[in-house]
Amino acid sequence: MCGIVGLFLKDPKLEGELGAMLASMLCVMTDRGPDSAGFAVYGAGGKDSVKLSLRAARGYDFEGLAAGLSGPANGMPALVLHGTHAVVEIPQVREAAVRAFLAERHPEVAVVGTGSRMEIFKEVGLPSSVAQTFGLAQMRGTHGIGHTRMATESAVTTAGAHPFSTGADQCLVHNGSLSNHNALRRQLKREGIAIETENDSEVAAGYLTWRMREGASLGQALEAGLKDLDGFFTFVVGTESGFGVLRDPIACKPAVMAETDQYVAFGSEYRALVDLPGIAKAKVFEPEPATVYFWERAQ
Amino acid sequence: MNAIAPDVTFDLATTPLRELNEALHKATAESNARRWRVLNPNGRHAVAVGLAMPLTVEIEGNVGYYCAGMNAEASVIIHGNAGQGVAENMMSGFVHVRGDASQSAGATAHGGMLVVDGNASARCGISMKGVDIVVKGSIGHMSAFMGQSGSLVVLGDAGEALGDSLYEAKLFVRGTVKSLGADCIEKEMRDEHKALLAQKLKAAGLEGAVDVSEFKRYGSARQLYNFHVDNASAY
Repeated sequence: MCGIVGLFLKDPKLEGELGAMLASMLCVMTDRGPDSAGFAVYGAGGKDSVKLSLRAARGYDFEGLAAGLSGPANGMPALVLHGTHAVVEIPQVREAAVRAFLAERHPEVAVVGTGSRMEIFKEVGLPSSVAQTFGLAQMRGTHGIGHTRMATESAVTTAGAHPFSTGADQCLVHNGSLSNHNALRRQLKREGIAIETENDSEVAAGYLTWRMREGASLGQALEAGLKDLDGFFTFVVGTESGFGVLRDPIACKPAVMAETDQYVAFGSEYRALVDLPGIAKAKVFEPEPATVYFWERAQ
Repeated sequence: MNAIAPDVTFDLATTPLRELNEALHKATAESNARRWRVLNPNGRHAVAVGLAMPLTVEIEGNVGYYCAGMNAEASVIIHGNAGQGVAENMMSGFVHVRGDASQSAGATAHGGMLVVDGNASARCGISMKGVDIVVKGSIGHMSAFMGQSGSLVVLGDAGEALGDSLYEAKLFVRGTVKSLGADCIEKEMRDEHKALLAQKLKAAGLEGAVDVSEFKRYGSARQLYNFHVDNASAY
């Protein structure tokens, strides 16, 4: 099992509520995945800056780290603390220097994800405590995805928690299990895609990143995934401007969607959607198997 | 919404689901409360399961998994969508989904009738054992897989692998069938089949609404291993 949720706002008036709506959806999915939880939120971001979502041990001195980053980042980076995670915002042109610095000097710090707008948080524990620790309910943004995990293919660790991010502003949550992830992981590593865990879902994320790097749109990358990914999956993926859903041809894993003039919402079960505004009048439907769904924000 | 006032109303926003199901299970043939109305189901699983009396339960909203599962004699009307396994293992009675049904609607059901006004997704009527299912929309892949008896009537289209490994369940589809499963074939629609189909449509409240001659009939070719007498000695 596992629970996944996603929310893509069409109405900017709801952006202040995105985190609160996503938190409520995530917590309802606790009994599908009580081992760990995580979420990604696409919030504000500068065109010339990039946000690094960092993770370290409890009590880690992120302020000291940020001070140390002022060298490679060419100035003191903006820092927002979220418990075991912190988001630092640096000039985009300094990203490579900062990442090299982190890799060399701070192996104790993991880069969970990067992007101009995406922030990503994940931790072991019940979804409610994970959401609370990171202050999800207070976050604003245009879209977000979340996951509650019941571990099957790899251990209950923070590194094994979703969402997985393998490219800038790209993330994926997965309910299911892939059977060809080992071969695909080797292939993707040869293509230069950074895959850090033994988790099957990270391979799916890496696969989409690879496809998009090679020029595919999110929709085309998902379409190609139908051919190349073997196993059970319902994916919800996020990009800087888009939000997509894909189920395997057998449709082993559940999925329900709701669409109104204000939003598109995804839940493993309808229960996750019941507190959304106007849900009683929403178009509620089950996404078809082997069919790519995606929505893009107007630029 | 209902012309006749219900005898009992349960609001699941304020009353635990278990209390509703317990109250429904306690109903006897002599109970005065025959009509029940359930508000705010909010996608909860196992709403109105295991009913064993001729009650009428109207549910106002979308339900989760297994709604009206194991139903016997009761009529359960869902004014909304139903999650996986609606009316699974139903024995008798009537279940009506006014919206769409998710996967495995009417799975393993032995009797009664399930009507879905919208679409039913994959595995509708999987391993059906005597239930009559009428879907006004379309059905998903692997429907009626290993269907043993009963009927599945679809006014729309059917997805891939319809009737795979079918036994004696009778399938009628008005629209297109994406593909037939192993050992499932189209069969001649004779008068007796038209009469049977008309009878099922009438029971679903669709008398005269559709022309039975627009349907095609599908059934088992009886060619799989289990149908060969040569293999009987293996048991």
